Amino acid sequence: MRLRALATIGTTVLLATTGCAVTAKNDAGVSTGSTTGGGSTTGGGSTTGATTAPKIKDVVLVTHDSWNLPKKLVAQWEQQTGYHLVVRASGDAGRLTNKLVLTKGAPDGDVSFGVDNTFATRALKAGVFATYTPATVPAGVGQYDVAGDDGSHLTPIDHSDVCVNVDTTWFAAHKLPAPQTLDDLVKPAYKGLFVTPGASTSSPGMAFLLATIAKYGDAWPDYWKKLMANGAEITDGWDQAYEVEFTQGGGNGKRPIVLSYDSDPAFTVKDGTTTTQALLDTCFTEVEYAGVLAGAKNVPGAEAFVDWLLSPQVQAKLPKSMYVFPVVAGTPLPADWATYAKEPTQPLTVSPAQIDANREKWLQQWSDVTSR
Amino acid sequence: MERRHLPLTRGSSRNRGSSRNRGSSHNRGSSLSRPLGLLALAAIPVAVLGIFFLLPVIGMVGRGFRPEGRWDVPGVLAVLGRSQVQSALWFTVWSATVATAVTVLLGLPAAYVLHRLALPLRRLVRAALLVPFVLPTIVVGIAFRVLLTGPLSWLSIDGTPVAIIAGLVFFNVAVVVRAVGAAWESLDARPAEAAAALGAAPWTVFRTVTLPALRPAIVGAASVVFLFCATSFGIVLTLGGLRYRSVETEIYLLTTNLLDLQGAAALSLLQLVVVVLLLAVGARLRAVPPSGQRVPVRPHRPGVGDVPQLLLTALVLGFVALPVGALVVGSLRVEGRWSLANYRALTSTGSHQALLEPATTALDLSLRIAVDATLLALTLGLLVALSVTRRTHSRAERRLRGTLDALFMLPLGVSAVTLGFGFLVTLDRPPLDLRDSPWLVPIAQALVALPLVVRTLVPALAGIDDRQRQAAASLGAGPLRSAVVVEVPVLWRPLLAAAGFAFAASLGEFGATSFLARDENATLPVVIYRLIGHPGPMNYGMALAASCVLAATTAVVMLVVERLRVPSLGVL
Repeated sequence: MRLRALATIGTTVLLATTGCAVTAKNDAGVSTGSTTGGGSTTGGGSTTGATTAPKIKDVVLVTHDSWNLPKKLVAQWEQQTGYHLVVRASGDAGRLTNKLVLTKGAPDGDVSFGVDNTFATRALKAGVFATYTPATVPAGVGQYDVAGDDGSHLTPIDHSDVCVNVDTTWFAAHKLPAPQTLDDLVKPAYKGLFVTPGASTSSPGMAFLLATIAKYGDAWPDYWKKLMANGAEITDGWDQAYEVEFTQGGGNGKRPIVLSYDSDPAFTVKDGTTTTQALLDTCFTEVEYAGVLAGAKNVPGAEAFVDWLLSPQVQAKLPKSMYVFPVVAGTPLPADWATYAKEPTQPLTVSPAQIDANREKWLQQWSDVTSR
Repeated sequence: MERRHLPLTRGSSRNRGSSRNRGSSHNRGSSLSRPLGLLALAAIPVAVLGIFFLLPVIGMVGRGFRPEGRWDVPGVLAVLGRSQVQSALWFTVWSATVATAVTVLLGLPAAYVLHRLALPLRRLVRAALLVPFVLPTIVVGIAFRVLLTGPLSWLSIDGTPVAIIAGLVFFNVAVVVRAVGAAWESLDARPAEAAAALGAAPWTVFRTVTLPALRPAIVGAASVVFLFCATSFGIVLTLGGLRYRSVETEIYLLTTNLLDLQGAAALSLLQLVVVVLLLAVGARLRAVPPSGQRVPVRPHRPGVGDVPQLLLTALVLGFVALPVGALVVGSLRVEGRWSLANYRALTSTGSHQALLEPATTALDLSLRIAVDATLLALTLGLLVALSVTRRTHSRAERRLRGTLDALFMLPLGVSAVTLGFGFLVTLDRPPLDLRDSPWLVPIAQALVALPLVVRTLVPALAGIDDRQRQAAASLGAGPLRSAVVVEVPVLWRPLLAAAGFAFAASLGEFGATSFLARDENATLPVVIYRLIGHPGPMNYGMALAASCVLAATTAVVMLVVERLRVPSLGVL
């Protein structure tokens, strides 16, 4: 064991001393690739170009558990740019953000994807990200920027809406009109039918709390009191709500109203028609960002990676790979998404700065109301 | 108390005599150098524990104490005054205590039935009982809740502390059955027979003869179970429906969500204090380990007097089998029909590509990591066990040994979140730039398995009559040769048993692994977690199927270990 540690230390020292030779070889090997693949995508707003320093091959991505892009696509990028993508994925957006904050100054990678609008302010305040804006940001992407940052550190990559979903087959079978709004959920007709993951343990759960805060302002605890009195069930994770409680989930649950995503109807297609519907007046938009980490070893590689995430190829693969909508307008959607996944036109919003300032207070209040 | 039943354990009274003789013949100079020798033997495990456990935990807790780079002890102490912290502590202590008590009460009759009675298939049942040990909490949580909201909804315990305690018992009952059962198997039957011959009723015999002799094993198992219960995270949240908070769930919320390091540090310290207190009490109660040098008893046929125990055991087995059965059934159902499609799908990346690699790749990797972790845990555990079971000559030395023994139990009692983040903030610069080392996952898993290994090996080693070593030495054997002829024959079977335990613990480990796992090396529990977190009925079915594969793999490994185990030596 100690031998291992010693070996690791030894290797580190060795690498440090022979580092120049290794990186020089890499540089020579990939120099042609970088010029052909670069072109429109690399060499954006940053002044620290790859021209002087020897090129580092590995680009280390720090991300969350849901990171997923087709292997082929990644291989293509690696071939074009000469970089090699190393993925370090763990936890959810909250854990990812806190990990970045804790390792500030000595980041565990070069670039990060997955900090969302509910955690963005915390990361920005801590100075986790370096300034970088891709040279060409497609029109419309700017609307997802964090207010105040305006794309200078964080580049929006995808968005998804957390919405209340209903099992339309259940409501048809029970001859009951499905609820449409947040107000409907507290009506006696829907008593004991709603299940949501908790705000303290689940990021969609938090998004739903934020939706109610956006809708009811300071009166939101009253709404939650009514919701609880109307028999709402709270679970610790999305999986419990969907797979155990929801009538369309794997566990054949008993509740036909669940908190989930606006893209869900695309996943419940049976015999050419979807069995669920997202209530578009109940949605809260989550935006995921990418950014170059302050203190990154491979800044040009990190910047090239952010550029690539905005490229048409990656944007088009986001729905099938990560269940999210691309931020670039006009990106073609998969057929079932185009048909069944409806997006809200006016989602409920709370600013990232407000979320950051009030998260603890809100969660405490929420726990008090819901644990009664 | 101890002295009263000492004459029953002939081996240990012999040990005491021989060590007293040895002690008096020793000169003072060498008794000073003994603690140093002890430290040398324990140096490697202590160094590993220091780098991969103490340093990260201290680093993380230290951040809470110095929020702005300045020490702020009052700030941390103020956290302990928060009402939710106090209620979390209270909930943790009472729920873990009740769960431990129920686990022990249910485990004892099952240990007796499965280890002392000649029943068909008992090996298979014993192996199967360990299955819950490796099942991912998230899957068991779903299985439990499908039962509690479906066929068992008449119990109306969903979302209550009763459900939480039932979940904790489900996960831990095997620990008691194995540990106490093994001790029971190796118990000398003659004192109990003598008591019975003198007219004592069966209950009196059990209370006055058997129970005191089993006490070390029961206390050892109960300490491990309590640590598992007190640091359980998923069960409390899933089965309690977020209504109950324990110290562990608070640490998780404060660290991963609110980034309130001060609060997390206070709670981590609280957790450590509770764990250390528990270990101190446990060590006191465990005191004299039973000797292994006895005539093993052959299992006997069940009689009329065994009926209550048999009924209770059936209850325990049913209780464990129900959620597992629900999992198996769920994994075999596809769109309302029986099918193996979920299992066939394990070689794919899931519907809508939920995974980057097929689940079979993850299983392969899990097995490899588990082998590495097991080897590590065994090597370290053996060194620890050897150093804490050397003969003691002075009070200081005994205390040092006791501290060492307890030190290696700590990884069970400290939050995986604290450890996971601790890795990131402390192992980040040379010479310890290890946070990206592929060895981090096996090392973290080995640390979790280490307490189980130590608790398995220590009783076996402590049971060796020291006169055997002296005899070997006087016949001219060097230290190495004496180890080969005396210790190895006694140790290799408990080593295998420990290997089984460590393997299972590593295979099922999720908490620390999820902090370290990367895409290139996602273990099966991590993959199951990912599958279940993605929409699509196939992914849910695949998660269930993967859990069943994990369970079956464990059961097979345990069955192999069962066949190799020798009845006269204890486990844990």
